[in-house]
This record gives sequence, C-alpha cells and structure tokens, in this order.
Amino acid sequence: MEIITVERKVLKKNDEVAAENRAMFERAGLFVVNLLSSPGAGKTTLLEATIRAGEGRMRIGVVEGDVQTDFDAQRIVATGAPAVQIVTNGACHLEAKLVQDALAGLSLEGLDLLVIENVGNLVCPASFDLGEAKKVVIASTTEGTDKPAKYPKMFRVADACVINKMDLLPHLDFDVERFKSYAREINPELEFIETSARTGDGVAGWIDWLSKQRGA
Amino acid sequence: MHELSIAQGILDIVRETLRERPDAVVERVFVDVGALVAVVPDSLDFCYGAITAGTPMEKSELVIREVPISVRCRDCGGESAVESFVFRCPHCDGSSLETLSGNELSVTGIEVQ
Repeated sequence: MEIITVERKVLKKNDEVAAENRAMFERAGLFVVNLLSSPGAGKTTLLEATIRAGEGRMRIGVVEGDVQTDFDAQRIVATGAPAVQIVTNGACHLEAKLVQDALAGLSLEGLDLLVIENVGNLVCPASFDLGEAKKVVIASTTEGTDKPAKYPKMFRVADACVINKMDLLPHLDFDVERFKSYAREINPELEFIETSARTGDGVAGWIDWLSKQRGA
Repeated sequence: MHELSIAQGILDIVRETLRERPDAVVERVFVDVGALVAVVPDSLDFCYGAITAGTPMEKSELVIREVPISVRCRDCGGESAVESFVFRCPHCDGSSLETLSGNELSVTGIEVQ
C-alpha cells in the first residue's frame, strides 16, 4: 500500500485558461468585468443604458453568454457597441475557454472596457474565473431582500453589487438597507450602486464606479 | 453544482498521475472540498461511483475531506473560523478578512495497492 501525494486542483484547466485571458486583457490595456445575476435582473438592459450614457467617455465591447439565442448580442450591437454571442446549448455558466474562443471574433482594439455578460444564474457562475478584473452582481428589487443570504458564494466573490429596478420600489416590499446588511455579513467590503436601467437613474454613478476601477 | 464534471475531473487527474504506472490498482482517492466551493460531498461521491462503475477504477473509494472556511483579519491579525457565512473578525469586529481556507477543490493524494 502506497500513498502518492498529488495536490492538483480540479479546476486547474479553467484557472490556466483564465490566466491566459487575464494576461491578454492586461497586454491590451483592457479593463474587464464579469457581469452576473439571476435571469431577468437587468444585465443586458443595464449594459444598453451604460453604452448610451457612456458614449464619448468609454468605449465598451461585450461578450454575451446565453443558453440559447443571440438576442442579447443583437441588442448590444443595436446600441452601436461591438458584441459577440456565446451560445452554451445547455451549460448554465460561462467558462474561461468559451470566452477565449469567443474573443477570436471580437476586435479589442480601441476598447476601454470589456463586459462579459454571464449566463443568468446566481449559483454556478460564481465558481468559474473567466480572467476578469472585477465581478459585479446585479440584484433587482423584485427578487427579494434576502437573496444575499440565500446565495452566499455569489455575494462573497462579487466586488460590487448593483441594485437594479429601483424605480419599482413603491410597488414592492423590498428593504434596501436590510438587503445591504445581509450582503455585508458575507462580504463586508462589497460596494453598492443603485440603479434603474429602464429610467436611467443611477447609471451615471455606475459609470463613475467603472471609470474609477479602470484607474482612469 | 456540476458534481458529475468534477468527478470526471478527479478521474482525469488520477489517470494523468498514474500514466507511468498502468498496473497500479487504485484503492482510494483523497479530495479536499472547501465549504465555499458549493460542491455537495454526497453528490460528488454518488457521481464518482456512477462514472467508475464498470471500469478498472470501480472498487476505488473517494475520500472527501470537507475544509471549513477560515480567515485572517487584516486589522488585528487574528485567525478564526467562519460560521454560517458571516465574515466578521470575532476578536476585533473587523471586516477586512483574508480567506485562509474554504476554497479548496483538489485531489491531494492517491492510495494504490
């Protein structure tokens, strides 16, 4: 009987490709955000609002990730920003290799910011490094006050949390301060940005946060 | 979460490690699973059994060590365990914490006959 010492990470392959992505982004001087949320929280709508409001200030490119359709990439392209669509055909999260392959179809030249819009899912995407600089989770007011406690890993790994659909507050029992305190228990340093992607409220503050992270 | 592909990943590591030893009979595979990793040990064990059935690895056993979350406070230097995902330093109530353990998902050893 013999015990062979191994010490090999199971997700090593994803981590290695993520590191390659990260190195490529750094060489290109590109700031990259992994945008995460449950389905329907407002990732694409916020991106559309960001691209419109950021015009002249920040050139944005997008990698879209969905199980099916290229609806989201089409929406982004309609705003005038470049986008490519990853269709996972069933995978519930993006992995570094999918992003690396998709980037072959997107010119990074002239871009200040690349956003990778992940598959709508508050669980699995939290575990897969794509090579991004920052992870941002969007939680919308319609999803409920207690979501940070119910999805601790996602809120732990996020660098910032956008609270979206603030315009719907009058119709909901959503408690913004309680939501933040649930989130701060898990991630005391989490930054919050409140927005309504639909009305545009708070989008300027979100762009300020992005600019600050870029070091611009 | 994806225990099946993780079980496959574990098998891939075992096969790569034992490439030079095709006659080795694997008794146990030791795996660390951190509490932050969102992998359910029972599911992982089940999936491992499902994919090794009918293969030379069929009799091998997965030994899972669940690693709890521990942190070091950047303010006071104190180390502590994290319960129920509450990340606060119990010594100084500080909130700037470095995660020391809980993120592991790795094959640490293989026992062969």
